[in-house]
Amino acid sequence: MFRNVEELINQCEKEQLPISEIMIQQEMVVHDRSREDIVAQMEKNLEVMERAVNRGIMEQVKSVSGLTGGDGKKLNEYIQLNETLSGHLMLDAVSKAMATNEVNAAMGTICATPTAGSAGVVPGTLFAVKEKLNPTHAQMINYLFTSGAFGFIIANNASISGAAGGCQAEVGSATGMAAAAIVEMAGGTPRQSSQAMAIALKNMLGLVCDPVAGLVEVPCVKRNAFGASNALVAADLALAGIESRIPCDEVIDAMYRIGETMPSMLRETGEGGLAATPTGKRYKEQIFGAMARQE
Amino acid sequence: MKYRSVFDIIGPIMVGPSSSHTAGAARIGLVARQLFQIEPEWAAFHLYGSFAKTYQGHGTDVALVGGLLGFDTHDHRMTQSLDFAKERGLTYSFHEEEAHMDHPNTVKIRLGAEGEEMELVGISIGGGKVEVKELNGFELRLSGNHPAILVVHNDRYGAIASVSTKLAEYEINIGHMEVSRKEQGKEALMVIEVDQNISETTLMDIAKLDNISKVTKIHE
Repeated sequence: MFRNVEELINQCEKEQLPISEIMIQQEMVVHDRSREDIVAQMEKNLEVMERAVNRGIMEQVKSVSGLTGGDGKKLNEYIQLNETLSGHLMLDAVSKAMATNEVNAAMGTICATPTAGSAGVVPGTLFAVKEKLNPTHAQMINYLFTSGAFGFIIANNASISGAAGGCQAEVGSATGMAAAAIVEMAGGTPRQSSQAMAIALKNMLGLVCDPVAGLVEVPCVKRNAFGASNALVAADLALAGIESRIPCDEVIDAMYRIGETMPSMLRETGEGGLAATPTGKRYKEQIFGAMARQE
Repeated sequence: MKYRSVFDIIGPIMVGPSSSHTAGAARIGLVARQLFQIEPEWAAFHLYGSFAKTYQGHGTDVALVGGLLGFDTHDHRMTQSLDFAKERGLTYSFHEEEAHMDHPNTVKIRLGAEGEEMELVGISIGGGKVEVKELNGFELRLSGNHPAILVVHNDRYGAIASVSTKLAEYEINIGHMEVSRKEQGKEALMVIEVDQNISETTLMDIAKLDNISKVTKIHE
């Protein structure tokens, strides 16, 4: 079993295999399952992701609290009708990432990647990049195995829980995972994938988890939006041959240590950051005050 | 390594909004149901850390009750679990605890029915993955990801060997095993994670062994 990024990349280079293939083979050996079985399960995840993306950009979804919903759709309409500044592919990824998280906030069905609060970044980038690169169905599934391989390493060496490590552990991890998978789909090397992952995660370090009213809505939906855009930029940097001066495994380690020292009020308790602003507190009172009175 | 599968990362498929506070909570409830083996009549949920602070916003309460009713993370009935509880005669209460626990997402579930009671401490470690830390006062580490059997036995020599011999007879491989006891020579607990599902016959055979007082299983 690979325990860190260096081991994973060495294995890829030694066996001349892409990251996704190493992940599939490990899954087969560790869990004694057939390739068909594993690929079929991932295919199911892909279907759920596609349905969530489409629902979020087509329907006017609304969360129970009313705090989020409809922004993915709004952005999708904007990019169809306007000459955008940051470009079609970038904003397409952003709108699809937001759409997924809005569906999640509305208690819709999603696939956690690696968590529900960060479920927008990986599918958002995947379904946007798909239109540019025209991947095969198998390549789309491989995208998820490559993302999963990096998430697996982060989860075992640091954390993917906002309560344990802040938003850097959730959207930060998702961003790194997506960046690495984009590189593989675009034809980059495994080592370039690890560079994209390092560059992406470096730029999410220190990000706190401060949900307004404790809900996975504000700022989660828009953090997924910027996770998707960061992933694309990091992938392009890596494909251009730019390298992270700090190796990927050390960036993951830094993320872990930052999470350990982060005060509890900024780790998914809804007590600090944006949750503690006057407006954040007012929303909480409006939502739970009203809910409490209903009971 | 805490995470062993790519599907711990890409997955689970779930009803939102939070993998740790909704999906993880549902899975802890589900494990508690499987361990208790009787339809629970009442349950008390003691919430710690981030669970205590944000459980309403994340639907943690809905998910814990849903899991206890047997709903999986992606079950569409999940959002209405509190109504289903009423229908099935399950009464429940939530308690926000101040005590500091090792893990920020910790819940202690006490539940009962037909005069039987059980107490379980579970944690949600992220991405929908959970661990059971304590069962009726016994410390243990159970992921709930593999089929497992729990054997309550007298803390005597030969008890562990007799159980593992019985499993070997049925060609069942042990993936992970631990034993804990509260006091030397008294009641003890074996937790055995296995690769295959265990048949009722195997369980009954184990229950008949000397020094074994109770055997239960959890399916994947």
